[in-house]
Order: sequence, then C-alpha cells, then structure tokens
Amino acid sequence: MSRKKTLNRAFLFLLTVPVFLFVFMPVAWLVISSISTKAELLSIPIHWIPQRPTLENYTNILTPGTATSEVARSFKVVMRNSFLVAISVTVVCLLVGSLAAYALVRIQFPFRRSLLLGILGTRMIPEISLVIPLYIIATRLKLYDTPWVLIATYLSFSLPFAIWIIASFFESVPVEMEEAAIMDGGSRLRILFNIVIPISAPGMVSTAIFIFLMCWDEFFYALIFTSTIAAKTMPVAIAEFVGRYSTDITAMMAGGVFAALPPVILSLIFQRYIVSGMTAGAVKG
Amino acid sequence: MSTTPRRFQLSLRQRDARIALLFVAPAIIIILLVTLQPILSTLYLSLFESQLGRFSVNVFRGLGNYIDLLKSPVFWSTIRRTLHFTLLSVGLELVLGIAVAQLIASHPPGWKVLRTSLIIPWAVPTIVTGMMWRWIYNADYGSLNGLLSQLGLIKQYIPWLIQPTRAMNLVILADVWHTVPFVALILQAALATLPQEMEEAAAVDGANAWQRFWLIRLPLLRSAILVALVIRTVEAFRVFDIIYVLTAGGPAFGTVTISYLTYVETFNYGHIGNGSALSFLISIFSFALALIYIRLLYRREDSR
Repeated sequence: MSRKKTLNRAFLFLLTVPVFLFVFMPVAWLVISSISTKAELLSIPIHWIPQRPTLENYTNILTPGTATSEVARSFKVVMRNSFLVAISVTVVCLLVGSLAAYALVRIQFPFRRSLLLGILGTRMIPEISLVIPLYIIATRLKLYDTPWVLIATYLSFSLPFAIWIIASFFESVPVEMEEAAIMDGGSRLRILFNIVIPISAPGMVSTAIFIFLMCWDEFFYALIFTSTIAAKTMPVAIAEFVGRYSTDITAMMAGGVFAALPPVILSLIFQRYIVSGMTAGAVKG
Repeated sequence: MSTTPRRFQLSLRQRDARIALLFVAPAIIIILLVTLQPILSTLYLSLFESQLGRFSVNVFRGLGNYIDLLKSPVFWSTIRRTLHFTLLSVGLELVLGIAVAQLIASHPPGWKVLRTSLIIPWAVPTIVTGMMWRWIYNADYGSLNGLLSQLGLIKQYIPWLIQPTRAMNLVILADVWHTVPFVALILQAALATLPQEMEEAAAVDGANAWQRFWLIRLPLLRSAILVALVIRTVEAFRVFDIIYVLTAGGPAFGTVTISYLTYVETFNYGHIGNGSALSFLISIFSFALALIYIRLLYRREDSR
C-alpha cells in the first residue's frame, strides 16, 4: 500500500514537469534574449545560454542617449505615464467604488438591486463598443493624447468592476459591528471609513492590485487615444517595437521584461490576495 | 411612547435613502458619462453613414449598415475565424485548467511552487505575451525553430506565421499560455473548498480515482466551471490585443477577428457607421452572455 502511494506521488510529480516547462520556457527565453547581444541572438544554431551575457540592453533603455530607436529612447517617460494612469485610476476607483458599494450592500433604497445588476451589466460592455463616441468627444474637448483621457476612459471598465468586487467584500463584514455605531449616532460616512473599510482591508488591497493590473495591461484605448510620449503607455510602446522598430530586437526584449516586471512582482508579493480576488469577483482574464 | 421610535425609524430610513443616493451619485455620474452615453451614441452612429474626421457627411441609413454587414462575405468569414479562436482557446483553457487544478489539488511534491508559478503567465501583460510569442515563432531566429531542429523534429526552419489557419492556431497557443492560469487558479480554489466526505465514502465503496473525478468532483465544480467558461468566452470573442502584436490580422486576413475588423473599418478606413454597427453587434453578443453570467451567479447564491 505505502509503496503504491509513493509510486503514485512520483507519478503526480512527473506530471508537474510539463506544466512547469510550459509556464517557464517562454519567459525564460524572453529573459535570456534580453541579456544577449544582438549578434548572438541572430546566430544559427541558436545560443540557449548567452556566451557573453550583458545588461547593456537595459542600460540602453534607461540612459536615453545610447538607445538606437526612438521608442527605446522614450521608454522611461512611457513607463512613468503607465504608472501615473494606473495609480490615478486605482485611487478614484477605490474612493468612488467604496462609497457606492457601501450604499448598495448596506442601505435600503429604491432600485438598489437593479442598480447593482446594471453596474455588473456595464462591466460586460466591450471597450470597442464605446471607443468611437469617446474618440469623437476626446478630440472635441482637446483631451486627445493626454493622460486625462486614459484615466477617464479606463474608468469605464475599472469602476463597475471595483464596485462589484468591493461590494462582495463589504457584504462579508458583520452588520452587528455597524449597528452599534449607528445606535451611537455615528454617520454613515464615518462608519464606512472607520469600521467597514478597515475590516475589509485585505479586500481593498486585492481590489487595488486588480485595478492596477487591468490598467497596466490595457492596450486598446491607449492605442486609440495616444500618439506621442505625452500620454503613450507601456503596451503601446511594446507594440511599436514590434511594428515600426522590429530591428531593435534586443531593446524590445529588455522593454518587454521592464513592462512585465511591475505586474509580476506585485502579483507574486500579493499572491494570496490575487486568488481570493479572482474568486470574489470571478474577474480579469 | 411607542409611536416615537417608529416615526424616528421612518425618518432615519428616509435620511438613509438620501445618503445612499449621495454615495452612489459619483459612481453613477461617471458610468453615465464614460459607458452609458457612449454605448447609446454608438447605436445612434450605427444608423448613419459617416466618415471619421468629416462629421458633416451624415447620411441616415436606418438599419442599412447592419443589413450590409449581414450580407457581406467578409463579415461571415470574420465570424467564422472569431468562433475558431473562441471555441478552440476556451476549450483548451478549460480542459487544461481543470487538469492543472486537479493536479494542484492532489498535492504532488512542489504543488505550492506550481501554484505560485501559474501567477506569472497570468500577470505578464497581454501585449508582452504577444511580443514574446512572436519572437518565439520568428521564422529565421525563433526559439521554436531552434528547439525543434535541435531535437531533430524538423530539417529546416519553418516560417510559422505565413499560413492562415496555422497562424490562428499559434495565436491560440499564445493565448492559452496567458489565460490557462486564470482558469486553473480559480478552479483549484474551488476544489480546495469542496467537502471531502463524499469522495472518501465513494473510495470506501470501491470507486476508483477516475470515477470519483467524473462522478463527484466535476459535478461539484459545475458552477465554478460555468463562471470561468462564460467570462473566458466573453473575453475570447472580443480578442484584439494579442492579435494586434502577434500577427496584425495576417497572413492574408487569416487572423482578423471581429474586434480587429471593427478596428480596421473604423480607424484605418474611417467608416464610422460600419464600425459602430460592428461594435454594437459585439456588445449585443457580450450582453447576452452577461445575462447568462448574472443568472449563474444568482443561482449560485440561492443554492448557498
């Protein structure tokens, strides 16, 4: 019996090997490419382990003077745009989202349930169905190619999502804790900020991470609404590498690693929150 | 004495309703401006023929744009490709997702490392995923060619992305790499909460692992699988980003899906009317799936 068990475990362990390979091989090749010289990268037969590994591709991107292509030279600015937009949207979503979510799960008022369902419904509207009117408005208001238009349009998918997921976290806060405060005459606003949000802190953290990742990942609006480094974000820069500057292959790889690092590090640090957030909201793909 | 608290309660209720409106007001205003107004506007624009940048040329066409679309062979071949992408990628994601979730749940040595590793492909941005796989598939220097030729499986390097159907399947492979972790992670979380008693009882009664999986685990996982299925289907149907970087719709329109066609119609050709009609059709499809999703969620809550 116990021998059969050991065999069984060994068999299961063998099954994990192809999964690990499928997960890590592509990423490993991305990282290896990013530390290779161009000559080695374009050699046949392929060099799996670079003979002369170099960090030059990274320093080229970070010290704009040395970079070969325009997109590599502006990489730092683009990265800053990405952070600016993602953080702004996250802050607005947490603030506006918790106010709305609290009212929706805790206060009785007319049309409450239909409102909650309506908000869930808007989450399903694809970006492409909104983009033409938004584009027309953005050009009229002279917001085209500014971070503002990205912050505003990103709210179209992130805010409904934030309300939905925060509501599911607020629902699990015991009502008794609030009732005592209501009896003492505490205002709803104070109850929300002093009791409900602190208790739901893990939920708020996972909401914040999800929204940040969604915004970091967003490509379509950024492609349509930006054209210069005034507002361009990381995914657009990477896409330009692939399109216009595809000969700058080493900078492209280093850029890819840079674009992937913030979300990967964030997700690994907060992995506990990621999985609980996925199940709470059954969310982002 | 007994009437006072009652009246007090009522007024508290009314005051509460007013506070609730104040609380939801900012969210509703934002949603009205960036979601509801645009979607109605898209519907309105889809009834006209107009050109991007020249808003003065507006010819009312009624449902003409929709009728043209439904008659156009390009539309139907695009739908066929979109279904190819959606069915194959979601199908593979579910099968592999369930398999990996099941593997994690049976706790082989290193299962925690495996669970953590799965987060990486999920967290890598979609655009980076596409760029990375494009480099892997590269005809002259790609690592797929390098690997297969060193293993002796191919004699000479293959230009992977020049044949339409194969290109689509390779886009699907890249998408599967990026999204299987999501399915696997939510399903393993669902598996972890399943009661063990039934399976133990079944094991005592002599059911083998295969039977326990099909007859007990899978039915218990049903609602989690359905939620993953609906979410992934909605997302796959509107796929855009990964196609934009990996193949840009090519070769020979072989990877043009419905969102990509909408993008090209609108922003390359400036056909606002056609583009709006296409994008409105996409949202109708998404909305239908959203209704299914909402019903699933509420059934899940009722059964709790």
